[in-house]
Amino acid sequence: MKRLLSIAQLALLAAAFPAAAALNVFACTPEWGALATELGGDRVSVYTATTALQDPHRIEARPSLIARARSADLVVCTGAELEIGWLPLVQAQSGNPKIRVGQPGYFEAAGHVPLLERPARIDRSMGDVHPGGNPHVHLDPHNIARIALALGERLAKLDPGETAYYSRRAKIFLDRWREATARWERDAAPLKGASLVVYHRNLTYLIHWLGMREAGSLEPKPGLPPTTAHLSELLASLRQNRARAIVRSAYNDPRAAEWLAERAAIPSIQVPFTVGGSDKAKDLFGLFDDTLARLLAVAQ
Amino acid sequence: MHCKTLCAMALAVAWCAPLPVRAQDAELGKIREEIRQLKDAYERRIQGLENRLAEAESRAGKAERSAARAETAVAQPGIPAGGENAFNPAISLILQGTAARSSQDPETYRISGFAPSGGEVAPASRGASLGESELVVTANIDPYFRGLLIAALTPENEVEVEEAFFQTLALGHGLTLKGGRFLSGIGYQNEVHQHFWDFQDAPLAYKAFLGGRQNDDGVQLKWVAPTELFIELGAELGRGRSFPSTARSRNAAGAWTLFAHVGGDIGTSTAWRAGLSHLRTSPRDRAFEDVDSLGNPVAQSFSGTSSLWIADFVLKWAPGGNSALTNFKLQGEYFRRSESGALTYDDSTQVVPQFGTPINAGYASRQSGWYLQGVYQFMPRWRFGYRYDRLNFGSVDNGIVANGLGPVGGDFPLLMAGHRPARNTLMFDWSPTEFSRIRLQLASDKSRFGLTDNQALIQYIFSLGAHGAHRF
Repeated sequence: MKRLLSIAQLALLAAAFPAAAALNVFACTPEWGALATELGGDRVSVYTATTALQDPHRIEARPSLIARARSADLVVCTGAELEIGWLPLVQAQSGNPKIRVGQPGYFEAAGHVPLLERPARIDRSMGDVHPGGNPHVHLDPHNIARIALALGERLAKLDPGETAYYSRRAKIFLDRWREATARWERDAAPLKGASLVVYHRNLTYLIHWLGMREAGSLEPKPGLPPTTAHLSELLASLRQNRARAIVRSAYNDPRAAEWLAERAAIPSIQVPFTVGGSDKAKDLFGLFDDTLARLLAVAQ
Repeated sequence: MHCKTLCAMALAVAWCAPLPVRAQDAELGKIREEIRQLKDAYERRIQGLENRLAEAESRAGKAERSAARAETAVAQPGIPAGGENAFNPAISLILQGTAARSSQDPETYRISGFAPSGGEVAPASRGASLGESELVVTANIDPYFRGLLIAALTPENEVEVEEAFFQTLALGHGLTLKGGRFLSGIGYQNEVHQHFWDFQDAPLAYKAFLGGRQNDDGVQLKWVAPTELFIELGAELGRGRSFPSTARSRNAAGAWTLFAHVGGDIGTSTAWRAGLSHLRTSPRDRAFEDVDSLGNPVAQSFSGTSSLWIADFVLKWAPGGNSALTNFKLQGEYFRRSESGALTYDDSTQVVPQFGTPINAGYASRQSGWYLQGVYQFMPRWRFGYRYDRLNFGSVDNGIVANGLGPVGGDFPLLMAGHRPARNTLMFDWSPTEFSRIRLQLASDKSRFGLTDNQALIQYIFSLGAHGAHRF
């Protein structure tokens, strides 16, 4: 109890006297937490609401998120309805008007990139489709660059005295990112045209970026767990058209992928999906390095 | 647009920067120029991507193309739909129903030893029956308020307003004010919508002490502390329109509540919340029907003050915090109520009454109850749960009996049955998606003195329309 009280006192103090870190950033997913850290440096204090081992579709508005959102100056989320099951509640319950939709304190990454797979028709019989398009935009480095530009501007807008600081960091990051992207594109050349079976359609942007093809998904419809009937169908189609690999994210259940991999005699691999999804995916650079390394390992 | 912002920023920096910083202007200008070039490059790429996309679309299907274009244009973020529909609120609809069998008639349901709450507390009707269909309509009203309506269409073909409130959006400082009719913030389950409960019916403690739940007409002020530990304090002032209060014509609040919740995470796997709440009301002539020792009807009513304390906790666990595969939820609440005032006993409606005139004397009771439930999702879509309910009769001081005014303990079979109701409930449910759920529930209910009610039911819950966010 004493410890709780002292934590509460400390936190109250921290709120009363804003520390050197000017902006409290609440990132919905690890990739945006990592990007905010790259762009904001020590002028931002970043809290990441979820980890790479958690299915981003199934997050709950737990008390700790409401408490963190209460003091946030900026919420950085994916948008395109990825966080619809919990973020609106966190925004409403935190009593923090700065982070409401439409305020400068609310940043939606998906609003700054062209979305793929925008459904022409939406109906819940199609599974968990997002009306705005596929929201898993971060596995295309060009999207990261676009979002970095916009997020850098947003940070500068919220911390106006330090515009130069954010501009400099954005430039440093984007220079490094451009070089890295060129390297990735060069290294990934053997992947062009490779067809992959995915678990959920959350690698669409990666596949699109590298000119790969999606040979199917383990989920019969977006958001529905794999069923035996669907896996059997997929197996039959894989016997016709072999895929290079079955790829799942760190948070996906490996069983269905392994079942299919064994019968179709193709490798099943796990990609980090986001920062923290593997030991090497410590930041955004590591995320792409490791993802490509794992894909290339099965492409040879 | 980006360029404008950048230029404005640049101007602002140039203007505000103290002299020594101006020396870096050249360097800054260079950086800005490079950023502008980067942006141009990316904008060209976006254009390229969009062209490719358009190409793919035109290949995809010529017949649907123009329609698809029109609709995808609507879906493009940043380009909202126009027309009169543009400001339509989010609408969702909950459909539910049960098929039930029970060894005791739900029509005669009562909780012996506890004053009837008059709420919808009976178990599901025998046979097939429709549950309440709920229509939820919600939207931001303007920059300052949000509004919500939940109308329940009852199986008796009536419409009930479950909730209808406004909520502030812009007070800041962690404050939120709510007004209208709303589910009170006391306890844990009280604020959870019925279609999201883990069992088909409410815990016995909610049935006995709140008539199912507290949803009053009034105002609520909530404050979230600016701390890492979740701390929420709230207070409500209400009309006191239903049990344990009674609605009456009065220029003051009939009920008030205070509540505090704290919560947080333990590692990444566990999240918890605990709370303490208080509800205070002053019912007047809170009447109910009972029978005397001969089985003839009598009317009883209570006037006085009623004070209820609730301690609650909930703990949710999932491996690594990923609830998609398996997860566990443990929830429990403890209720303690004390009432003191006067009780009236009236058998004058009988043809040959024993007493004939209302008898009135002091009355005081201290009663409690609790429940504990656990629900485990053992694989995607499948969950099972167990709940144990217990009410403690506690102490009842009935002045009419104690002072020998006529009626004896046997004339109060409801209030004076020294009974400790208990119930065991098992639940098993299957949720194909988050929008549908089918549940099997078995219960052995000892609410009635000396009787066991064995219940079995199948329930369906479907939700249509806008995707609602669920409370923790």
